[in-house]
Amino acid sequence: MAIRTEPFVINMGPQHPSTHGVFRMRLTLDGEVVVDLEPVFSYLHRGIEKLVEGRTYAQIIPITDRLDYVASMSNNLAYVVAVEKLAGITVPERAEYLRVIMAELQRIASHLIAVGSFLNDCGAYFTPFMYMYREREDIVDLFEMVCGQRLTYNYMRIGGVSHDVPDEFLVALDKFVRRMPYFIDEYDQLLAENEILLARTKGVGILPKELAINSSAAGPVLRGSDVKWDIRKADPYSVYDRFEFDIPTGSVGDCYDRYRVRVEEMRQSVRIIKQAMEQLPPGEVRSEVLPLLRPPVGEAYGHIEGPKGELGFYLVSDNSIAPYRLHIRPPTLINLTALHDMIIGWKIQDAVIIFGSIDICLGEVDR
Amino acid sequence: MTIALSGKEVGTKLEEKFPGSIVESSQDSLLVKSEFLLPVATYLKDTPGFDFDYLACITAVDYSDYFEVVYHLTSLERNHSLVMKTRCYGRDNPSLPSVVSLWRGADFQEREIYDLMGINFDGHPNMKRIFLWQGFEGHPLRRDYL
Amino acid sequence: MANYIAALPPDWPGGFWVHFGVFTVILLVFVLVMALVIIYLERRGIGRFQSRLGPNRTGPFGLLQPIADAIKALTKESITPAKGDKWVYWLAPVIAFVPALMIFAVIPFQDGALLADLNIGILYVVAISSVSIVGIFMAGWGSSNKYSLLGAMRSIALVVSYEIPLGLAIIGVVLLAGSLSMNEIVTSQSIPFILLQPLGFLIFFLAASAEINRSPFDLLEAESEIVAGYHIEYSGMKFALFYLAEYCEALAICAIITTLFLGGWRGPVLPPILWFLIKVVLVFFVFVWVRSTVPRLRVDQIMDFAWKCLLPLALINLFITGLQVVVWPEGLPWMVVFLNLAIMAVLILLWSKLFKLGGGRVEV
Repeated sequence: MAIRTEPFVINMGPQHPSTHGVFRMRLTLDGEVVVDLEPVFSYLHRGIEKLVEGRTYAQIIPITDRLDYVASMSNNLAYVVAVEKLAGITVPERAEYLRVIMAELQRIASHLIAVGSFLNDCGAYFTPFMYMYREREDIVDLFEMVCGQRLTYNYMRIGGVSHDVPDEFLVALDKFVRRMPYFIDEYDQLLAENEILLARTKGVGILPKELAINSSAAGPVLRGSDVKWDIRKADPYSVYDRFEFDIPTGSVGDCYDRYRVRVEEMRQSVRIIKQAMEQLPPGEVRSEVLPLLRPPVGEAYGHIEGPKGELGFYLVSDNSIAPYRLHIRPPTLINLTALHDMIIGWKIQDAVIIFGSIDICLGEVDR
Repeated sequence: MTIALSGKEVGTKLEEKFPGSIVESSQDSLLVKSEFLLPVATYLKDTPGFDFDYLACITAVDYSDYFEVVYHLTSLERNHSLVMKTRCYGRDNPSLPSVVSLWRGADFQEREIYDLMGINFDGHPNMKRIFLWQGFEGHPLRRDYL
Repeated sequence: MANYIAALPPDWPGGFWVHFGVFTVILLVFVLVMALVIIYLERRGIGRFQSRLGPNRTGPFGLLQPIADAIKALTKESITPAKGDKWVYWLAPVIAFVPALMIFAVIPFQDGALLADLNIGILYVVAISSVSIVGIFMAGWGSSNKYSLLGAMRSIALVVSYEIPLGLAIIGVVLLAGSLSMNEIVTSQSIPFILLQPLGFLIFFLAASAEINRSPFDLLEAESEIVAGYHIEYSGMKFALFYLAEYCEALAICAIITTLFLGGWRGPVLPPILWFLIKVVLVFFVFVWVRSTVPRLRVDQIMDFAWKCLLPLALINLFITGLQVVVWPEGLPWMVVFLNLAIMAVLILLWSKLFKLGGGRVEV
């Protein structure tokens, strides 16, 4: 006679060292196996889309910083690209190159945190996390040189960037770009063939290609499932069509592939920064834009490839100083659509790892 | 570059297949009647010429007379995109057919629109509020909320 | 002094009690002081591995850090969960901590200097170390918390599975020494047994890591998964007892490893107690090294590792040791060291090719 078991519901609650923020998963467990999953969020819902309806276009830029607070430059960039598309503003060349440099540095910083916390979830007791934070400190110091802030930068402006970079920035950036590939090699040397990491992540949490496209996944989650789609190549914004870089993809769509995609993307970002630094033209960094901008009546959808996926801003304007409607396409929320299918059938320890490999940031999920 | 398909051309093709479905079509977008939303969407997804397999974004905008729901569709293979819109009139209990059966990515986004704007989506497997709690009254993102 | 006390005849009025009393005091002081020392070593060690300084503010070089931890733990409010079983909850830390102390009764600090020279020393150690798992399960049960129950059940499965390779590795040493008494095991190590039994040492090391719930088998206190497992609901002095129990067990295992494999207090120039301390700290350093470097294994992978990898290897090791003892009854010559190293290399290579860490997706 078989033993009768009964599933029980456990709450991986909002306060948990490993849910990357205030996120709650109600797991139904049968022994150790996850049988059902219900994600509950909105512990950080601030009503940003309603909030911006009373603010001018320029006042919204600091608010976009707080969306995905780990990668603020990308949020700023996406919003500013959308507004410029709406109002038909051109941006000077030097500003475009500076934007690219900042966005790629921000991508490296965000991926360092993503990979570090992913390895922390795997159990390597903070050691890779601290190593990656060592590099992130360099990047954050660079950002502090440029705009004075370490986390919420507020650097992009409608029509350019806010200030030109000081001379020490280019010197420090050069030093960083020379050293970074060796650090990425160091991570690979320590981690890429680690038996325990392979045993924990290979074949775990597979997201099949068809499901990834159907669930509108984006970013490393989509590319890990062998879909070569990157907005920097498919629909280039800013001056991305002038750089040479590859798009790494995974083959199976498991956690290991997503981790490899992120590490390889860091290498490609360093490549882009090197090329941008060589091609950086002199000039002004901001075009003349009215402080109280009144775009013509219409709508625009501007999207960029953020570190976590396709970050889009949909703006509707009615020729007043504030937008009529702003909608943010959150890549992390939409990446979570397939969470149920990825986790069911695995054990509770795998649930933590699979969730960590999607790399969410609650500020963006909840807005 | 992702080519943004012209609403007019797509509109003429759709008008042949589903007569009476297009309300208006312009260079940027395509406005579809809400009864024809699901057949048009299925056609756009399955037809080899269009192949819109990726739903980038669903948004709802509250113009005071009507709600307009905007779908941004993309095709990953052919690298073209389309903006499809539909309207629903009436502020008490507006409802639209759900496209979750075609694109699963619409799951959380439609729940968000229901929660914040109040538009019901028929056929959605889990039509519950996603950001606000279950007993909340009202829909905050509407223009007349505050 | 130690020799004088050890040489007192046991039927001297009060002789036994003097020996017993003095050694108990020495042991308690030793264990508690060394526990504080290794807590400090671990914190600094992990900090240096993570390219940061460890604690260095409290006192010179952070030496008073463990004392600060102890004071913090003592001054916190002790909250008892309302729905839990009160007596079970109260007794659990005691039952988890006392066996760790009891193991030290048979560890020799010098020739003949032990609390009790049992002639079944190592069997006593294996028996006592299994008692602390009862304390852990009581903690999980009495907390009336699903997470702690989950953690406690996992830990029981883990500890029970790893007892067997542990015991088998010990039997290899016992065969070489010819006796179960810890004192005899040390005195018969003219060549340290780590050289004669490299495979046995590895098996013992891994099984012992699992017994004391250290990385890579530390799913019990896996912070990132079940939020501290069985001691979620404990605070204040009870938590301090669990914390101390963990480090005392680690110290005990280090002491056992030095006694069984590294030659205990034997060494050329320095006094024996100093050699003992050096070896214990060295073994603990290896534990810290492994903890800060390696990610964690999943539960079913740990079980697979115990049953399919360590157990067969332990059996083969036992068989080979048995053969060698039969062939050379007086004591094994130096050549056997190289033979054993070669056998170990072959076996580990074989197992790494054939053995797959199991588990996968379950169809739901």
